[in-house]
Amino acid sequence: MALMSLLPFFEWCENSDLIVAMRESLWLFPMIESVHLMGLALVGGAVLMVDLRLLGFGLRRQPVAQVAKEAQPWLLASLGVMLPSGFLLFMASAVKCFYLPAFWVKMASLSVALVFTFVVRRHLAMAPEGSVNPLRAKAVALVSLSLWSSVAIAGRLVGFP
Amino acid sequence: MSLLRFCEWLASTPGSIALHESLYVYLIVSTVHVVTLTLFVGTAVMLDLRLLGVTLRSVPVSEVAGRLWPWTAMGFLVMIVSGALLFYANPPPRYQNIFFRAKMLLLVLAGINALVFHRTVYRNVTEWDLDPVPPGRARAAGGLALLFWAATIVSGRMIAYDWFDCSKQPQPKIVNVLAGCVTDTR
Repeated sequence: MALMSLLPFFEWCENSDLIVAMRESLWLFPMIESVHLMGLALVGGAVLMVDLRLLGFGLRRQPVAQVAKEAQPWLLASLGVMLPSGFLLFMASAVKCFYLPAFWVKMASLSVALVFTFVVRRHLAMAPEGSVNPLRAKAVALVSLSLWSSVAIAGRLVGFP
Repeated sequence: MSLLRFCEWLASTPGSIALHESLYVYLIVSTVHVVTLTLFVGTAVMLDLRLLGVTLRSVPVSEVAGRLWPWTAMGFLVMIVSGALLFYANPPPRYQNIFFRAKMLLLVLAGINALVFHRTVYRNVTEWDLDPVPPGRARAAGGLALLFWAATIVSGRMIAYDWFDCSKQPQPKIVNVLAGCVTDTR
């Protein structure tokens, strides 16, 4: 299987100098996990604000484009926290991740969620007010919520011992 | 009855034993607890950032607060119920976990901060509702709330680490005192 050829990379991650050095510290990994969770809260806020608005909840008096524009820097900031902290957590137990279906589900849904959010949802949110079919907006919000939920849920399962 | 005795009694109830021994129910509850962070802290943070004057500056503060509040409250409810179940699965170890105690204290502090904010500066919100950057006391409440939520998340994550468990003696005296460990005092 093609995936099998990736195993050496996973093994290298787990035994890299960086990770070996980090294992020396008792507090470092719990702190990285905590930072990852803080990022989760912020991702949640930034994603939900737009999806709720598309569903007709939350800041419904403001145009979708305004809510999306305001949420964008926080979404980017939270991803800037999530991705590096997540990568370090992954590196620390890369081989375990390799054999965990939840890890692959998370990576797949994360990739789709990122593309969907920054291409499909963004395009829809930035369209002129009134030009978007409300049903389409709701469908996009529901897809976005499902994708990000599956990233979060699969992520929790990866962390479970 | 001391709180520890109460926790021991709680641990002996059939529901607690069943939850403790179940693999999937516990896993589902803990997943719900973590994922609901997005709804509860996520929406709370957006309001705090508005109070700091760094997002949604053209939207009235009362509008942000009013529209997000139901979602924050819903998230809070799910957090409390799932969190209580997680506690119910392991009452004495949680009660004697210093990170759990820190988390409870932080939740109380976050609650006081929110209460003080609502009882004081938010009462006159009409005077500063449209300010892109709210007055100092509102910014202070928003900043404090962010700090308390961050610290709550850290201590919540740390509960899973058993470094300071009462069963792992010897511990520094301060740890035993803070965790309420019952050590042999002969």
